[in-house]
Amino acid sequence: MVIYGVGLLAACFLSGIFLGDLLGELIGVQANVGGVGIAMLLLILFSDALIKRGRLKAPTRQGVVFWSAIYIPVIVAMAAKQNVVAALEGGPAAFTAGALAVVGCLALVPVISRIGGAGEPLPEPDEEDV
Amino acid sequence: MGILQTLGDVMVKNGLITAFAFVGIVVWLSYLVSNKLTAGRIHGSAIAIFVGLVLAWVGGVVTGGANGLADITVLGGVGVMGGAMLRDFTIVATAFGVNFDEIRRAGIGAVISLLVGVLGSFAVGAAVAYAFGYTDAVSMTTIGAGAATYIVGPVTGSAIGASSEVIALSIAAGLVKSMMVMIGTPFVAKAIGLDNAKSAMIFGGLMGTTSGVAGGLAATDKRLVPYGAMTATFYTGLGCLLGPSVFYFAVRALTG
Repeated sequence: MVIYGVGLLAACFLSGIFLGDLLGELIGVQANVGGVGIAMLLLILFSDALIKRGRLKAPTRQGVVFWSAIYIPVIVAMAAKQNVVAALEGGPAAFTAGALAVVGCLALVPVISRIGGAGEPLPEPDEEDV
Repeated sequence: MGILQTLGDVMVKNGLITAFAFVGIVVWLSYLVSNKLTAGRIHGSAIAIFVGLVLAWVGGVVTGGANGLADITVLGGVGVMGGAMLRDFTIVATAFGVNFDEIRRAGIGAVISLLVGVLGSFAVGAAVAYAFGYTDAVSMTTIGAGAATYIVGPVTGSAIGASSEVIALSIAAGLVKSMMVMIGTPFVAKAIGLDNAKSAMIFGGLMGTTSGVAGGLAATDKRLVPYGAMTATFYTGLGCLLGPSVFYFAVRALTG
């Protein structure tokens, strides 16, 4: 059933966010530390184990795949609710600080990527599905 | 009651559904523009995200609020659809089918990218703050933290007692960063080798802004999203940890 997939996703999500909040409290910061990342790892591990045992049927997968596919529209909505006006009104100091941080860090991507050998490019994409 | 009034009421009462329909139209038009006007050269999702930002600007100008388009009453649902809950839920969903070995392979590089990303952004932001006349340790630290992300900025600033003007500036710096990453990533992706899981994880660790990384990678290649998001999600926490402590002490030591 589709809801099993959605339920699995929701359980991983809540566990991850919960652990991220605990981790944040543990090291004494007012922020969630890696909650989403932990949730992703949980989903990867659980779904992998279920697939290997043949317990993840097609409808169940659809319950996860739907949310994965709705990701870009959600990001578009996220963009549409940003405080763009504040960013533009921050003046030259805010703009320069933000922009230089971006440029500097982008330049470092290939440098750090070289550590431990280059990654394999992903295969050519299949049909575009958004 | 007029027809428009009734329509408006329906849209407000069913805000999230209205947002689905609205974003559906935005995405559809964006892919149309991508295919017809750019022959597919600029990704439809990149255009859609850019359109989203423009609409957010319009919303901010029209309403004077802080939530972009979501402050327009009939489009309030956009705020729910694009809020942290659904954003994080769908990001987690993208991890489905990800290869765990790829993540392990990036291991040490991902950790280095997080540290370099946070400290590098801090340093650049603080230096810029100094150049613009914010020479006290508290302001330099806060603006530096804002150059990390727009969450690290205010968290750090309030912890060390920065003025609200400086905190606002740090948020603006973080917003500029997030938007530049959203818009710019697809254009530089090739030049910085952003075509595999490993470099995507390092990209996420270096840039750190979850919304920027999520949007930028979505506009580049959707399959890179889970890898970048995975590391980016540790960035804000690390920044909030280092900002008011290690980084503040370092700046204070340097400025005397």
